[in-house]
Amino acid sequence: MHVEVRGLHKKFGSFQAVHDVNFSIDKGQLIGLLGPSGGGKTSILRMLAGLETVDSGDILFHGQRVNDLPPQERGIGFVFQNYALFKHMTVADNIAFGLEVKKWSKAKIKDRVAELVELTGLSGFERRLPHQLSGGQRQRVAFARALAPEPQLLLLDEPFAAIDAKIRHELRSWLRDMIDRLGITSIFVTHDQDEAIEVADEIMIINKGRLEQKGSPWEIYKDPQSPFVAGFIGESTIVDNVSSLRGFDTASTWPGTKALIRPEYIEIGQASEFATKLSATERGRVRHIHFRGSEWLVEVEVGDTKLVTYRSLEKQVLHPGEEVQVLIHRAYLFNDNDSWIMENKLKEDPLPVHI
Amino acid sequence: MRRLWIGCTVVVFTLLLIIPVVRIAMGAWNEGWSGFSGGITRPETGHALFMTGLIVVIVTLINTVFGVMLSLYLVRATWLGRKLKQLLNSIVDLPFAVSPVIGGLMIVLLLGPDTAIGALLGRAGVDIVYALPGMVIATLFVTFPLIVREVMPVLQEIGNSQEEAAATLGASAWTTFWRVTWPSIRWSVVYGVVLTVARAMGEFGAVLVVSGNIINKTQTATTLVYQDVENFNLTAANAVALVLAAGSVALLLFMEWAKSRKEVH
Repeated sequence: MHVEVRGLHKKFGSFQAVHDVNFSIDKGQLIGLLGPSGGGKTSILRMLAGLETVDSGDILFHGQRVNDLPPQERGIGFVFQNYALFKHMTVADNIAFGLEVKKWSKAKIKDRVAELVELTGLSGFERRLPHQLSGGQRQRVAFARALAPEPQLLLLDEPFAAIDAKIRHELRSWLRDMIDRLGITSIFVTHDQDEAIEVADEIMIINKGRLEQKGSPWEIYKDPQSPFVAGFIGESTIVDNVSSLRGFDTASTWPGTKALIRPEYIEIGQASEFATKLSATERGRVRHIHFRGSEWLVEVEVGDTKLVTYRSLEKQVLHPGEEVQVLIHRAYLFNDNDSWIMENKLKEDPLPVHI
Repeated sequence: MRRLWIGCTVVVFTLLLIIPVVRIAMGAWNEGWSGFSGGITRPETGHALFMTGLIVVIVTLINTVFGVMLSLYLVRATWLGRKLKQLLNSIVDLPFAVSPVIGGLMIVLLLGPDTAIGALLGRAGVDIVYALPGMVIATLFVTFPLIVREVMPVLQEIGNSQEEAAATLGASAWTTFWRVTWPSIRWSVVYGVVLTVARAMGEFGAVLVVSGNIINKTQTATTLVYQDVENFNLTAANAVALVLAAGSVALLLFMEWAKSRKEVH
């Protein structure tokens, strides 16, 4: 279903939980609401579901204002963070609940439950009670229960938060496949950027009750619209005096400008590893190296600026204290009024090499 | 040292619980079967036991319904302010803090025949004080916190997410209560009901003040025992007391069973 939100505000006491949020979502999309804890993501989701009242603003489903509709009449499915399964009912009864409430016939309920049990891979567990299931199974029951009455919008509140890392990965791709197959518009809340990037068609970054940016994961990574988004997506280091770095001296024309540099913007190595780009590098010193399972995390010091980057395990191993060449490909610059991406000037226009 | 403590505990337990019960049983039987059956089969005993039973049934029904409702409102209602909820929550405990005799006296002072409300109702033919309604109100007052205090912690513990889930699945408030909330709280309600029945059966002070203790009219089992003792009719007093005690023991056994069920869920 098509979802539109206009000028949404919500206050809890004196705390402004949601502040002037506007967005619209096309049918069949999977949207990730991403942001730090306490940022207002769950409040937005709960307002969409009708579990929380709206202070001001409009929520429209299919162009119809639904602000005053109770949750029962909104045609949504909601998957709760801790699943909220009916703990005294079996798996089958949990899934059937929404259908019984809607007065489906016994035979239709039986068919639909069997279909969902099959779909969620819960065959053989129909007679179990929730406390006899593992976390991943409970999650799938919650998902099946929410989907049973054929909602047009599926809302998921931190769906994977309570599941251990390994199964979480499996469930993520399972959920992605499932939603693709059903073509149901879905919105999920998460504080885990990997989860949002991996699963969502579009991400909405929510911070302090405001919508910071909405776009595909790649757009958000490539072109962050605010310092918060730039800092939140990916790992990064904030550099105060960016003009001291080689290739970024023109940054000093904007006073008070800081830079945000991601590990993947930086390349390090011995002089021989750079070839033609050598003129854009400068000297630095390795401070620490950390083994990260699939790569090295290297902390490097350039002048008095500390930077962080990755280095492939295939390359020659660096040691703390070693002198290396550092190439900074680009930096995300921001000040109080503006933010933009600046490429390393020397890399784009290499100085002629003197023989 | 440990033996001393164990010994002390046994002595206190025996003095306070076992000996009185044995004494009541012996007292009831000290004139043999005829003494016991004589005490039980008097018309005033029948009437008093009937009054006690009637009060227990009415009070338990009213307190169960309103106790569960008040618990729901105090835990779930968003339309009640936090401050107001706290105030109501402490008022619930008032009957625990106030002596039952004082509670009964308050009812007499509020609704007695000499008061405006009492006189008005009296003219309409409804007697409150020195009649069944006053006795029911007095017992309601004394037993009111029991169910609320049993049910509220359970409601708080289960949280409202299951109820919210039911709402998003399309269930009305009524359906949600019976299919989702009730199965979670029912054993606490049963436990609260047992406590209410026990308390209502044994209530003396508040009922004595509002009933006037009129034989064959407003006399309950406990006030009958009191009157028999006053009249030195000890065999009859013991017989009625033994019936009451037997009821309590049966109730306690039921309560133990309910408690074990409560822990399972």
